[in-house]
Amino acid sequence: MREVAIIGVSMIKFGRYPDRDFSQLAAQAGLEALKDAGAEMKQVEALYSGNLYATSGSGQRILQQMGQTGIPVVNVANACATGSTAFREAYFAIASGAYDVVMAVGSEQMGKQGLLGSRGDPATSLEGRVGSYMMPAVFGMAGMEHMRAYGTQQEHFALASVKNHFHSTQNPLAQYQKESPLDEVLSGRMIAYPNTLLMCCPTGDGAAAAVLCSMEKARQFTTQPIKIAASVLTSDPFSDRDLTLPDINTLTRNAAKIAYEQAGLGPKDLSQVELHDCFATAELLHYENLGLCGDGEAGKHVASGAPWVGNKIPTKYAEDVAPFVDKTYKPTTTAVVNASGGLLSKGHPLGATGVANIAEIVFHLRGQAGGRQVEGSKVGLAHVIGLCSACTIHIVTK
Amino acid sequence: MAENAAAPEVRPLVPHLTLGATRDQDYLSGSKCTKCKAVYVGPRMFCGRCSGAGPFEAIRLSDTGEVYVWSIIHQATPYVKAPYAVAIVDLPEGVAVNTNIEGIEPDPKNLKFGMKVKMFTEKVSEDREGNSYIAYKFRPV
Ligand SMILES: [Zn+2]
Repeated sequence: MREVAIIGVSMIKFGRYPDRDFSQLAAQAGLEALKDAGAEMKQVEALYSGNLYATSGSGQRILQQMGQTGIPVVNVANACATGSTAFREAYFAIASGAYDVVMAVGSEQMGKQGLLGSRGDPATSLEGRVGSYMMPAVFGMAGMEHMRAYGTQQEHFALASVKNHFHSTQNPLAQYQKESPLDEVLSGRMIAYPNTLLMCCPTGDGAAAAVLCSMEKARQFTTQPIKIAASVLTSDPFSDRDLTLPDINTLTRNAAKIAYEQAGLGPKDLSQVELHDCFATAELLHYENLGLCGDGEAGKHVASGAPWVGNKIPTKYAEDVAPFVDKTYKPTTTAVVNASGGLLSKGHPLGATGVANIAEIVFHLRGQAGGRQVEGSKVGLAHVIGLCSACTIHIVTK
Repeated sequence: MAENAAAPEVRPLVPHLTLGATRDQDYLSGSKCTKCKAVYVGPRMFCGRCSGAGPFEAIRLSDTGEVYVWSIIHQATPYVKAPYAVAIVDLPEGVAVNTNIEGIEPDPKNLKFGMKVKMFTEKVSEDREGNSYIAYKFRPV
């Protein structure tokens, strides 16, 4: 397998684009990524398109906007891990030696339907009748499982929301760029206990793209090729309870183990992580799943300041966070988590998310992340999980 | 011949609910892989644990269990008035089911990890042809 480099990335601002088609959003991201790479459409040898709602032909429709060069197109759908799975297919296309330059693009136009709504025929659909199948219930109960095992409090989960909304104020590409102090998060409308509205990601429209190239040819395009040190995809292994409570933990742990082995790196080596905080409860579970802290320590970890930009609690939140700080807890990792604002603020246009997470890390590794820049970022991990269940982890390095 | 007027049926909402002649005879059904002993809620053709094709032994699941985790959902749906309590209930056979918890006010103070609950069934909806749908729920013992 050959070394693979990312030579260009882009992400359009996530939000609502009712007057545009998903293929236009994707083409904009794709063309911007090409420009970033200093490459042209005619140099792209294959396209990997991640989109969940457009069903088949999403990539071909994107090429109709971006340039119908006749190249092979692969359309990917893999729940919330759709974009990152498309990226991984692009990675393999280069690693295998089949192509030298390919593009991965993730896009979605969700409109107002989203994770919080119920769909299907109301007469016979389970949703709305047996409400525990709905996504907010699943992630509410996943948080409750952590509360049950470790005594984690609702406030600990809420702190992940405070942090990510704080980070988002420096990300002009985020759907929402508004701070939300702890009392505002906790007093917000309850969605599914313990997650309030500000602890649930918004849905919307968006696109992100990446141009991948063999490392040997990367320097023809850029002086700053970013290396893909690990690319991993797992599905959920058998467990007695996972047909009822989807197990979002085991497959992430399995993916992390393989990714760290592939990269020859560990959690201590990470400068930053973009992880799948579709709900605030999920963020804390993934601290442990990714090895950023020990089992049961996620609440202490977020309150310690370690995963915040600058590795400390901003002064203005110190008083709010103080009751949840465990002075005996010493973080063993310094990875900043969700410097972008996370899905909670950045938004979660399903197919776009996986590529956008990787693009965000590339911005930081190149020192282009503006006010949210993780200083001296050298190694980043991008994690995505989709229910039913798929988990991708990519580790990228300077 | 009035062929189009098929008699309305009483149907389970989910395949793992087996209906009896009366509602107090309804029960949750499971299947057990005779090869690896994995127990599933509802019928199975193949085993996700051992990759075998069974054969599967049909089993009757208990109607009492313990709340593993719970949540309170605050979004109204066409059939359930919000807020309402949901839970994963562990059954003695080693499997778990998703369910709504009734018989209590949906407030965090009324739900406890490990609380004992018992199943009951009731009609929850009717389709255009007049078929009714029976769902199972649990309430505290
Ligand atoms: Zn078996």
